[in-house]
Amino acid sequence: MDLGSLLIQALNAAQYGLLLFLIASGLTLIFGVMGVINIAHGSFYMMGAYFAFTLTGLTGNFFIAVFLGAILSALIGAFLEWALFSHLYKRDHLEQVLLSYGLILIFEELRSIFVGDEVHAVAVPAWLNFSIPLGDIMTYPAYRLFMSSVCLLIAIGLYVLIRRTRLGSMIRAGTSNSGMAKILGVNTSLVNRTVFSLGVALAAFAGMLNAPAAAVSPGMGMEVLIVSFVVVVIGGIGSVWGALLASMVIATAVTFGSVFFPSVAGMLTYVIMAMVLLWRPEGIFKQ
Amino acid sequence: MNIKTRLKIEPLLAVAFCIGLLLFPMLGLDFYDEMVARILILALFAVSLDLLVGYTGLVSFGHAAWFGVGAYMYALLSTHYQISDSLWVTLPAALIMSAVLSFIVGLFVLRTKGVYFIMVTLAFAQVFYFLVHDVPAIGGSTDGFNLYARPTVMVGEKSLLDLEDPFTMYYFIVGTLFISMLLIWIILRSPFGRAIQGIKVNEHRMASVGFPVFRYKLASFVIAGIFAGLAGYLFAVQSYGANPELLSWHKSADVLLMLILGGIGKFWGGVVGAFVFVLLKEVFMAYTDWWQLWLGLTIVMAVLFIPGGIMSLSARIKHFAEKRHA
Repeated sequence: MDLGSLLIQALNAAQYGLLLFLIASGLTLIFGVMGVINIAHGSFYMMGAYFAFTLTGLTGNFFIAVFLGAILSALIGAFLEWALFSHLYKRDHLEQVLLSYGLILIFEELRSIFVGDEVHAVAVPAWLNFSIPLGDIMTYPAYRLFMSSVCLLIAIGLYVLIRRTRLGSMIRAGTSNSGMAKILGVNTSLVNRTVFSLGVALAAFAGMLNAPAAAVSPGMGMEVLIVSFVVVVIGGIGSVWGALLASMVIATAVTFGSVFFPSVAGMLTYVIMAMVLLWRPEGIFKQ
Repeated sequence: MNIKTRLKIEPLLAVAFCIGLLLFPMLGLDFYDEMVARILILALFAVSLDLLVGYTGLVSFGHAAWFGVGAYMYALLSTHYQISDSLWVTLPAALIMSAVLSFIVGLFVLRTKGVYFIMVTLAFAQVFYFLVHDVPAIGGSTDGFNLYARPTVMVGEKSLLDLEDPFTMYYFIVGTLFISMLLIWIILRSPFGRAIQGIKVNEHRMASVGFPVFRYKLASFVIAGIFAGLAGYLFAVQSYGANPELLSWHKSADVLLMLILGGIGKFWGGVVGAFVFVLLKEVFMAYTDWWQLWLGLTIVMAVLFIPGGIMSLSARIKHFAEKRHA
C-alpha cells in the first residue's frame, strides 16, 4: 500500500472516528449523569439523517435543514426525557433497555409511515462539492474534510462546555454524585433534561452531517448503535474523553481492518471490546 | 378472597395449562398447532434466560447466541457436513456445543458486572452472529440453511418417532418443554438453585459466607446456555431452517421482552410472556397496518405501568383491593 492510499485511509478513519464520537458522547453523558442505558440512541442518528433529507427537500438548503433539524431533535429529546426516561432513573437497567427497544420499533415504524422504506441520498452543498487532489491520481472529497472539521469543532465545544461553564460543572457534579449535587442546590431535573436533549441533538446532528456522505437508509440507526455502545463501554461509561479515545481506536481498527483483513473486519470491533474489558472490566477511563 | 385460596390458584392454572396443551391438537386447528409449537419453543428459550436474569441476577443481552448455536449444530451436522441426521447424534452434539461455548464465553463475560455485563454479552453474541454470517467453513451466509428433513429417531432398525408427522412433532416439543421445566424446577429447588438466588440478592454476602460465587454464576450461565441451545435445536428442526437472524440482537431483545411481559423470576413467567408476545405480534400484524408501532407502544406502556410483568398482576390487584378495604 502506497503513501497516498494510506493517507486516504487515515483521513477516513479520522472522519469515522469523529462521527462516532458525536454519537457516543451523547450516549456516555446520558449514562454518566442519569444512569440510563438508552438503546434507542441509534434511532436518533437515523432520525437526524431523515430530517436532513426531508428538510433539505422542503427548504432547499442543507445548512438551514441541519439547523432546523438540530433544534427539532433537541426538542424531541427534551420531550422524551420528560414523558418517559425521567420515570426510569430509579428502575433497573433491564427496564431501560426494554423501554428504549420499544422506542426503536416506534421510530422505525414512524419513519416508514412518513418517509417510506427507500434508500435516499442528500446532495452535497454545491460549494463543497469538489475533491482535493492527493498525490498524482488520488483525490479526497472536500465534504468529508468539512465533516471532520465540524466534528472537531463540536468536540472542542463540548470540552469547553463541560470544563469551563456552569452547566458543565453541574453535569460533572451529576456524574460523580447526583444525590449530593441535588442536596447542594443543583436543579438536577433541569440538568437531566438538558443533557438528554443535548445527547439526542448530537446523535441527530451526526446523522444529518453524514447524510450527504452516505446513503440515508432504514438500517443505519442499528449499525451505529452497537458500535457506539462498544465505544462507550471501552472508554468507560460516563467518560467523554474515554469515548473520544475509544472512537478513534475503533475507527482506525475498522478502517484499516477492512483493508487488510476484510473477512474478519466485522468481528474486530467486538474482539477489541472483549480484550479491553478483560484488561479493565470497567473501561479505560473508569469514572 | 383469603391468602390460602389464592395460593392454590397458580398450580391449578398450571395444570389446566398443561392439560390444555396436550388436548390442543384435538381441536383440529392445524395452522395453530404449528404456532403453538413455535410459541412453546420460544417459551423454553425465555425460561432458560430467566435462570440468568430472574434467578441469578445476570441480565444477558446476548442469549440468542446459544439459541443460534443449537439451531446451527443441527443444520451443520445434518445438511452442511452431512455427518448424521439422527436425533441421538445431533441433539447431544447441539447441547454439548452450547455448553462448551457458553462455558468459554462465560469465563470472559462474568468478569464484568451491571451495564458492562449487558454490553459484553451483546458483543459476544455479535461475534457469533458475524461468524455464521461471514465464515464459509460453517456455512456463513445471509440466508443460512434450508433443511429438508427432521431428525430420525431410530432404535435399532425401527423408527421410534416420525418427527415429519405434525402431531408427533407437536408432542415431541410439548414433552421436551415439560421435561425441561421439571429439570429447571428441580435445579431451582436444589442447594445450587438456592445459592444462585442468594447471589442475585447479595453477591458479596454469598461470597463472604464461603460460596464460590464465580463458579456458581458460570454454572448458571452454562445451564441457561444448554436450555437455550435445546430451544434453538427444536426451532431449526421444527421450521426446517437456520439463519443468522436467529442470533441477531433483536432476538436477544425479544426474549428479554417476553420475560418482562410474563414476569421476571416467576417460574411460568417465560411461558406466559412467550404466549403474550407472539399473540400480540400476530394480532397487530393481522389487524393493524403498523404492527411495529403498536408493539413498540405496548412495550413502552408495559415497562411504565406493569413493572413486575403479567404474573405479578394478581398480587398487585390483591394489594390494591386490600388498600381500599383498609
